[in-house]
Parts: sequence; structure tokens; C-alpha cells
Amino acid sequence: MKNHIPHLALFAALAGAAVLQMFSPQLDDYAASILVLIGINIVLAVSLNLVNGHTGQFSLGHAGFMAAGAYASAMVTLSFAPVVAPAGPWAEGALFAGSLLLGGAVAALCGLLVGLPSLRLRGDYLAIVTLGFGEIIRVVIQNTESLGGARGLEGIRPYTNLFGTFAVAALTIYVVACLVNSTYGRGFIAVRDDEIAAEAMGIHTVKYKVVAFVVGAFFAGLAGGLYAHFITFIAPEGFNFLKSVDVVVMVILGGMGSTPGVVAAAILLTLLNEGLRDFEQYRMIVFALLLIVIMIVRPQGLLGNFRGWPKGKAGA
Amino acid sequence: MSRLLELRGVTMEFGGLRAVSGLDLVVGPEEMVGLIGPNGAGKTTVFNLITGLYHPTEGAIAFNGRTMTRLAPHRITASGIARTFQNIRLFGSLTVYDNVRTAMNLNLRHGFGHALTRGRGFRAEEARIREEVMSLLEIFGLAGESERIATGLSYGDQRRLEIVRALATKPQLLLLDEPAAGMNPTEKSALIDLIHFVQDKFRIAVLLVEHDMKVVMGVCRRIVVLDYGSKIAEGEPAQIRKNPAVIEAYLGREAHHA
Repeated sequence: MKNHIPHLALFAALAGAAVLQMFSPQLDDYAASILVLIGINIVLAVSLNLVNGHTGQFSLGHAGFMAAGAYASAMVTLSFAPVVAPAGPWAEGALFAGSLLLGGAVAALCGLLVGLPSLRLRGDYLAIVTLGFGEIIRVVIQNTESLGGARGLEGIRPYTNLFGTFAVAALTIYVVACLVNSTYGRGFIAVRDDEIAAEAMGIHTVKYKVVAFVVGAFFAGLAGGLYAHFITFIAPEGFNFLKSVDVVVMVILGGMGSTPGVVAAAILLTLLNEGLRDFEQYRMIVFALLLIVIMIVRPQGLLGNFRGWPKGKAGA
Repeated sequence: MSRLLELRGVTMEFGGLRAVSGLDLVVGPEEMVGLIGPNGAGKTTVFNLITGLYHPTEGAIAFNGRTMTRLAPHRITASGIARTFQNIRLFGSLTVYDNVRTAMNLNLRHGFGHALTRGRGFRAEEARIREEVMSLLEIFGLAGESERIATGLSYGDQRRLEIVRALATKPQLLLLDEPAAGMNPTEKSALIDLIHFVQDKFRIAVLLVEHDMKVVMGVCRRIVVLDYGSKIAEGEPAQIRKNPAVIEAYLGREAHHA
């Protein structure tokens, strides 16, 4: 019985996303767009949490992986949408899903490329390398004319809807939660807690770190694809270092290694971001203050010590 | 004598410092060997060499006849050597149960993909792991604490848990690095019993680094003494106790006429 809970939860979430989609005509555009942004940020934060939170590898390159996914999927739909569109909405949906997957795969490949050499580094050094890598992706795009260069890509079709966004968000949560809640997945936390002891227990720490990076990058790529087909115009500037920081703030605020906490923080910060839209130049100040307050008042994050309800889903 | 672990002429240099020099050491199957020596004699370095944290500058290490001088630590654990640490290294955010469960990764057949699909095989294996871990905890009287965070245990229990975790990798050789450090006399006697119990029950060899002579003499059949990285004596506890070189290493040289 209990063993089917993850599947049931995933189907329930997918059904919820479908219901949300059915009622979307009744939502005004602004509310709908905020919901989409929340969904995308949940994907970003939960996937980064696998790397930074569960596995304890401080990555600052999430925006780079997002950019890789966004550009890859946008290039696919820009090239093929005119061909596929006459075949009807289902064909377009399939094209979009395929482009998202390809974006995720490209991002995962980038995750592998950055992961293999740099995961022998620790702490600050790894943070700097991932930061540099994220910037490299952005600068390469900026200087590639076929990807629109600094002008960006425009005219991307607005394929992203509430169902797609929350289906991907549910899938991200499902994958991360299922991974971590298994004997295999306890290895990620062992790597974070004590790398030397983990090795001594027979855990291949480098492999675990690379897996965390690749899975994290894959979902960042999906988020990028969703974002591109939501905003319909992407430029390299949108995936700069500050975007990575936004996601890191969500993870720290929610609590490293706590999926419910990180989801809550993604919702909270997206709303805060919207609320502060009129004070754009002060946004980072508010984020910084928020982080300082959290570090003083609750260093483990909003739900950092949340280990499931006392009886029930914790344990095996 | 048959050889489970064999070190031949192992030397370890850190820059200009020779921490271990030309060490020969043999541990037979199911044997209890003590490795003693004054502070800084290189005992922990020897452990780190055996477990692959360091690779020796010279010499070779063989286990079950296989050379493992260049293997990564997790491969060495997989081949049957487990260890505990001088300064306890439990996984601080995991429960007692999960600490032992991590060791089950070694023989795990249902990994990444199965954790996502959660099929029948995966569930069966997770159930088997649960049973195995709980029975190990049961044996060592920790089953009641299985859902507690490991670092919340008493000091003695943390040491015990570290041994349980090491045993969960199903080793043929267990390396214990100063297990009695920071223990009071009662805890030390309990530790001696525990090591005997482990050796009887699991039929494994034990290599023990320890400062406390009572523990070493109470546990080991054979003792190897290190000083400045070299072996200065080897023999049964009674011989070691009388060995002049050992006494000198521990207590200093008698004043000779200069």
C-alpha cells in the first residue's frame, strides 16, 4: 500500500495540473502568468536543491543550464513549428514536449561536462568554477550569431501553459523525492555529511556528485524550455549570474535538503519578486536583507529540520 | 601463516616528512592484531594507506592476494576492508538506521532507475535491507534508537554505531582507529567485550590502533609497535610488554654516559 504513495502523489499532482489548466480561462492573464513563474521557479529550486542541498555541492551555475535548455528548445520550436503547426494542436504539443526533453538533455550534457572535471573541487572552489561555467554558456550564446547573439531570440511560440508547467514541477519533485528516499539516494546525503566516511562505506562519491549535477541540470534545462515558451523572447542577459543567485536564495531560504521548504520558498520569492516589481532597483537589497534575517533567525531555512510528519512517510 | 592483508616495504612521505618507512605488516584471516606506538608514530597514516585515502610513496599493499595499492577508497571497501575513525565520522543529519543503510549501497542491485520506478524488485530489496539493518542494530542493542539522529546518541553509542556501520559493508577485515579514545574504564571494558563479540560473531580479522594498553592487551594476540614510522617490535602481548625498544619508545632512553 504505502509503496504506491509516490506514484499516487504524482498522478494526483498531474491531475491537479490538468484541472488548473481547465480553469485557466477564468483566471486573468496576470494571475496565470504568476502561477507559471511559480511553477518554473519550483522546478529550478527543487532541482538545484538536489545539488546544493542534498548532495552539498555548492553550485552557482544553474542559470547557465537553464540557458542551455531554453535556447535548445527554442531553436527546435522556431525551426519546426511552421512545419508542424498545420497538423493541429496535438502535433504542436508533441513538438513542444520533444523540444523540452531535448533542452533538458542538452543541459544535462552541459552538467556532465562541468561536473566531471570540477567535482574534484570542494566548497568555494566548486562554487567559483560553476559560476564561471554559467557565465561561459551565457557569453558563448551572446557571441553566436545563429542563436541571435546579444539581441536574443524572438517570436518563440507561447506553448507553455499551466498544465505543462505544473506537470514538469510535479515530475521534478517526484524524481528528487524518490531518489533521495531510497537506499541509493541516501548516498547523496552521505556525500554531503562526510565525504571521507562515505568513501569508506563504499560509496563512489564522484559518481554521486556527477549524477546530482546531471539530474539537476536536466531539470534546469526543462525549466529553461518552459520559460522560453512562456516569455516568447529570450536574451543571454536573462540568464546571468543574478538568476543563479535567485535560485540559490530559494534553496537557502527554504532549507538545504528540504523539498517542501524549497517549494515554499520558490512560491514566496516569486510573489515577493512580483510585489517588488515597482522597486526593481531595490529588489536585490530586499533579497539580501531577507537572507541576513534568515541566517540569524533560522539558519537551517524555513523548513530545514522538517523530516516528514512524526508518524508516516519518514523511514523506509 | 596465511595472509589476508599484507603490507610490503610501505613508505609514505609528505613532502620531506617520512610518516611511514619500509613497513612490513601481515594480518591473517580472523586474526586480532594491535598496532601501537607513541603519538605521531604513523599509526593512523597506516590506516589511511590501507583504506586508500593515501597512496604509498613506495611499497605495495595486498588484500586476499590482490594488489590494491592504487585503488580508490570505495573500491577497497568493496573488496572487504571496513574502518572506523579516530574522530567519529557518522553522517550527522541521518538517522541511526540510515547511517547503517548507506553501507548497503555496496551490494545494491536496484539503484538510480529503480528508485524512480519503484517496482517490485526495488521494494523487495528495500524491505530486505530494512530487515538486515534492523537485525544488525538489534544485535548491538541500537534498534530502539533507529529513528534518532545519529549524532544525538551518547558517545559510546556513536562509537558502537560506527562499528555497526562498518560491519554492514560485510568486511573480512575491520580496522578500528582508537575506539577507546575518550572512554571511561567501564566503557573500555564494554568495548573489549564488544570487539571479542564482533570477532566471534562475524568471524573477521581486526586490526586495532589504540593507545590504551589495557584494551590492546585485552584484545590482541599479536602486537606491532611503530615509532617514527618504522616497526620497532612485533610479538605477543607478554613479549611486547618486556621489549626494551618498546619501553624506550614510550618512556624515553635511560641516561647514558655521554
